[in-house]
Amino acid sequence: MTALSALVRRDIRIALRVGGGALIGVLFFLTVVVLMPFAVGPDLALLSRLGPAILWLGALLASLLTLDRLFMADHDDGSLDLITMSRTPLELACAAKALAHWLAAGLPLIVATPVLGLLLNLDMVATGAVALTLLAGTPALTFTGMIGAALAVTLHRGGLLMAVLVLPLSIPVLIFGVAASQAAIVGPMTFGAPFSILCALSLVSLVIGPFAAAASLRHGLD
Amino acid sequence: MTLIDLANPTRFLALTARVLPWLAGATVILLAVGLYQSALAPDDYQQGATVKIMFIHVPNAWLSMFVWGVMSIASLGTLVWRHPLADVAAKAAAPIGAAFTFLALLTGSLWGRPMWGTYWEWDARLTSVLILFLMYLGLMALWRAVDDPSRAARAAAVLTLVGAINLPIIKFSVDWWNTLHQPASVMRMGGSTLDKSFLIPLLVMAIAFTLLFATLHIAAMRNEILRRRVRSLQMMQASRVAFSSESSAGSRAENASNEAGAA
Repeated sequence: MTALSALVRRDIRIALRVGGGALIGVLFFLTVVVLMPFAVGPDLALLSRLGPAILWLGALLASLLTLDRLFMADHDDGSLDLITMSRTPLELACAAKALAHWLAAGLPLIVATPVLGLLLNLDMVATGAVALTLLAGTPALTFTGMIGAALAVTLHRGGLLMAVLVLPLSIPVLIFGVAASQAAIVGPMTFGAPFSILCALSLVSLVIGPFAAAASLRHGLD
Repeated sequence: MTLIDLANPTRFLALTARVLPWLAGATVILLAVGLYQSALAPDDYQQGATVKIMFIHVPNAWLSMFVWGVMSIASLGTLVWRHPLADVAAKAAAPIGAAFTFLALLTGSLWGRPMWGTYWEWDARLTSVLILFLMYLGLMALWRAVDDPSRAARAAAVLTLVGAINLPIIKFSVDWWNTLHQPASVMRMGGSTLDKSFLIPLLVMAIAFTLLFATLHIAAMRNEILRRRVRSLQMMQASRVAFSSESSAGSRAENASNEAGAA
């Protein structure tokens, strides 16, 4: 347990310090959202209608962008080999790393959401709904994305290949995240149904992600 | 003859060399029968002659999912049993599955034009088949991204199994999304109660296409085995040329010949 919490603390510390790059995700999120009005026009009514979708897409892309770092830096300096060979089960170590990554790179996105909601003319309820769905949904993005990150590090190929592999897997999260936010804003559906499915998706990926990532690390590293 | 006997590629090649002509013959006969029967099938009272696209479209759609199932079993073979031919089977199946999925999309869209008045509709079924197609392409990209086949095999196996778990979830969520966005407008085909005059040709075609997949798959596996042999022979030759003057040539050549033996 202490090994895992030490791993989480170490990863968060590395991510937040110079060269860590966790907060670049937030900057990217902000930039994507700022680009949107240039694409669709500065029509506030339209923007507030598209707002949840824009925020979700931005968060999806931002969390995908930072996933590269999940294993790559550790692989480069050799600490990934130590983690693989340590007595802590690799599945748990992967889960700890993903948790640390989510705390360092996922949570700031959610904290930034209210500010970005202002830019998109979302009211309090809508912003709260989007932030809440992001809080429930971004763990799923991190934990499924971790599979792609593990594949990328074993193959020494990152970037586009990983995006192509991971994005189709994140479609369910996107669907239910946007559906839940829309349900809270305009109805007519209840917020509960899509939101609980979103939570279920997060929980499922919490189980599948570490196992798949550990399997690909164990089989792929040499 | 068990599955493990086939682990020897030479034995596999010898066996499939005998089986393949029979399989190809059965495919041709069944395809001919199926096409003849579907040509004779009556026109639908609503859809007219376009209903005949169904006899091509449905087997393709069925195979698009079946091939992923075959690849998942092969991936289990790679990761769990370390069967030497499992990754060959998985690699050979991916482009064939992608081709069937593409044909299902293409025939579906050709069928949709006269029926729905549009080539593409964000219908739940179409959307999930499109996502399946994207995942096939991603898998093929993964196979192509790495030059070492056994390394790529394990990564692709993990991805295939994750896809096998995720595909039902994607299908379900796309269904939900679709009912959310457009409740009406798309066809309500009388699919569940197909008349016998349609059902029999359809079943024949489904079996014929499955046999077609088996034929193509075995032929592609043979090609892949031969390709790997050529590759390891080339590597052996290259290492022999490169290290013939050095004193460490012996160990390198040994490595290369081990690799040749494994392939």
